[in-house]
Amino acid sequence: MTTTIHSLNPQNHLKRDRERKIVRALTFIFALVSVGTTAGIIYELLKETVLFFQEVSIIEFFTDTRWTPLFASKRFGVLPLVNGTLLVAAGAMLVAVPLGLLAAIFLSEYASERMRKVLKPILEVLAGIPTVVYGYFALLFITPILRDLFPETQIFNAASASIAMGFMILPLMASVSEDALSAVPRSLREASYALGATKFETAVQVVLPAALSGVAAAFILAVSRAIGETMIVAIAAGQQPKLTLNPLQSIETMTAYIVQVSLGDTPHQSIAYKTIFAVGMLLFAMTLVMNIISYFITKRFREKYE
Amino acid sequence: MDNNHNTVLETKNLNIYYGDFLAIKDVNFKVFRHQITAIIGPSGCGKSTLLRSFNRMNELVPSARSEGKILFNGEDIYDPSIDPVEVRRRIGMVFQKPNPFPKSIYENIAWGLKINGFRGSKSELDDLVEQALRGAALWDEVKDKLDQSGLSLSGGQQQRLCIARAIAIKPEVILMDEPASALDPIATLKIEDLMRELKENYTIVIVTHNMQEAARVSDYTAMMMLTGDEERSGTVIEFDQTNVIFTRPKDKRTEDYITGRFG
Amino acid sequence: MSTLTALKDVTFERNLSFRKLKGKIFEILAFFAILLGIAMLLTLLVDVFLDGLPWLSTRLFTEFPSRFPEKAGLRSALQGSIWLMFLTALMAIPVGVGAGIYLEEFAPQNRITRFIEINVANLAGVPSIIYGLLGLGLFVRQLGLGRTLIAGAMTMALLVLPIIIVTTREAIRAVPNSIRQAALAIGATDWEVSRDHVLVYSAPAILTGVILAMSRAIGETAPLITIGALTYIAFDPKGPFDIFTVLPIQIFNWVSLPQPAFHGLAAAGIIILLIVLLSMNALAIWLRNRLTIHW
Repeated sequence: MTTTIHSLNPQNHLKRDRERKIVRALTFIFALVSVGTTAGIIYELLKETVLFFQEVSIIEFFTDTRWTPLFASKRFGVLPLVNGTLLVAAGAMLVAVPLGLLAAIFLSEYASERMRKVLKPILEVLAGIPTVVYGYFALLFITPILRDLFPETQIFNAASASIAMGFMILPLMASVSEDALSAVPRSLREASYALGATKFETAVQVVLPAALSGVAAAFILAVSRAIGETMIVAIAAGQQPKLTLNPLQSIETMTAYIVQVSLGDTPHQSIAYKTIFAVGMLLFAMTLVMNIISYFITKRFREKYE
Repeated sequence: MDNNHNTVLETKNLNIYYGDFLAIKDVNFKVFRHQITAIIGPSGCGKSTLLRSFNRMNELVPSARSEGKILFNGEDIYDPSIDPVEVRRRIGMVFQKPNPFPKSIYENIAWGLKINGFRGSKSELDDLVEQALRGAALWDEVKDKLDQSGLSLSGGQQQRLCIARAIAIKPEVILMDEPASALDPIATLKIEDLMRELKENYTIVIVTHNMQEAARVSDYTAMMMLTGDEERSGTVIEFDQTNVIFTRPKDKRTEDYITGRFG
Repeated sequence: MSTLTALKDVTFERNLSFRKLKGKIFEILAFFAILLGIAMLLTLLVDVFLDGLPWLSTRLFTEFPSRFPEKAGLRSALQGSIWLMFLTALMAIPVGVGAGIYLEEFAPQNRITRFIEINVANLAGVPSIIYGLLGLGLFVRQLGLGRTLIAGAMTMALLVLPIIIVTTREAIRAVPNSIRQAALAIGATDWEVSRDHVLVYSAPAILTGVILAMSRAIGETAPLITIGALTYIAFDPKGPFDIFTVLPIQIFNWVSLPQPAFHGLAAAGIIILLIVLLSMNALAIWLRNRLTIHW
């Protein structure tokens, strides 16, 4: 007995305690890297944006209707880029929301466990395909079909990017909505069935309204994803910033503009270099607001049913 | 016991399985019109399962299946030609925990009427909602806030709202699964008073683990116990008028249970 | 008292079959929505394979990019992708798993922890191109790393960090508390509990998450274009401080060229990219099914 107690000497304990403290400190620093990333993003974007607004008035940036920073006669109105971004995003939502919501209702209310196990991973594959592949598909498969259907369609156009993006976002819309629908307590479904409601009436008139805030969170998240998506629009939607609501025309999104400038050889101090940070700042602010709204809606929704 | 012409529900050799597990074994008993029938027994003996078989709510569990018959006014509700939706419209249910829809008080009541094909005017609908709320002794408490969420009510009020929701579509039978177990004693008494009133127009089957409650409100009582090889399947061991069950039970196990000598 | 004629059984019966029909139509419609998604996936795959198959050859692995399609290959892009993944994993895995352990096992319940958690959740939703701008401003310019592999890998590491943190936490959470209590009761420190129990038991699930995070990184294009990875590299990258290109950038470059021959090359590149992704996903699923402990 005495030997065992000797082997558990205080020296050993001190060493273990030191190791524990070192690991705790190290992992804490690792966790802080995420905070550092956010801070770094805001710092870098803000730094160049401030420099940008020393040369361009903030009023021109938000009110001018032309965006030509790469031309000889430079104009810095971001509206055409925002217009292009929202046009493509709206088109993508037109595809992703109805399909995603229907898919979510089917998976959560109708599909058997076995069916769900097969269908969900297949849908996940859609989300896992690199966006550059969707860009290829939009430009070389969807666009030719659109041009057959509507001859006035331009080679680069918002619609083909929207369609490809819609299918890319579908799994996100479906899976977040399905989580919300599944979180609706059984007791509500039972109450509905006990009144003689059919499965359809229960799903659409009881479960869906009860899950509405969760579905709204899914919607906002999907819009945010659509606004920030880059490669599909860089490949298929074109490089012509213009204020149009015609999806068959060539447009330019904020993300595609950043890619366009990055591909060229832009000197560090030039105004063109600063524009991509100003546009990036606006993009970051838009997605951040949406992500935060979605985060808090989801949180409140979870609390409601826990 | 012999008023056969007044039988509303009758089970015949009813077995209920979950997968391979026999949860309810060989149940035979009757529910009489405009009477309150209580199902009592120790926890886990299948009271709720039996109750849920009366409006085919059991089927919502994918592995559940049943054998035997449940006759509703002489018709087998498990006949393949019968739609469970129709069964549930005629046999309503009130659950253990109040579960109002997250809609307004008014909509909670009106929704059942709407889906079940109500085609009258708005004022007729208003009347029916009021009637249901009065029937559930809730009208005076909520008449000024019908557009507030059902979730804003107290637990006891929520449960009466659920009862109002059930009676709004005029079912013949109301199944109640321990309707007062989540409520305080005062709310419980209100629900019990309400049940006695509802008896005038409806047939009530109530599951309860509270023997005083069964003795207070019910006319007939079915005593359930676990039986079978390993005492895992529930069955009705005795069924009679409540005063008979509580004063001179025939089965020794019933006597042990109601006198608290069980287990 | 109003009448209940509207609820008479005759109305009810007729009404019911109509209601059922509506439900059935809806169910078919909803199922069709899923089928449409799957059909789109199949169309995409078939289209890419038909376009790319004629261009698929070993030349893709041995040749550098060229302006003559019949001579062009993916040699520098493939090597760049391998280098980038290796360096990214080297940085992202220890930091991501470490942060996950901290948040799940050590972190006190306070405002700093809450702040870190909200931060991680938010970073997961930041568009990837924004990470590119961060990399451009911070790593390429401020740290003066230039358009090198290491700058790209650091950018990618930050991009996949939230994914690794989230999957690590989920994996760790699956280990029952009884295990922790048992180990603590023997006199282990919380770090020893994590090191010898929690991490060991959750390792397969963590690895699964890491593989999925890396498969996200391998297809990422936008942030690397932003930090200035080049499209034309005609030599083998030798180390972290070389300039580089990667597979998806080369594909993007080929898609952007007008000649159809380059589109065929792009499709062939996509086939290789998809095969790599598919193998990684298959590996992850295999790991999850075979090695994960089911408590």
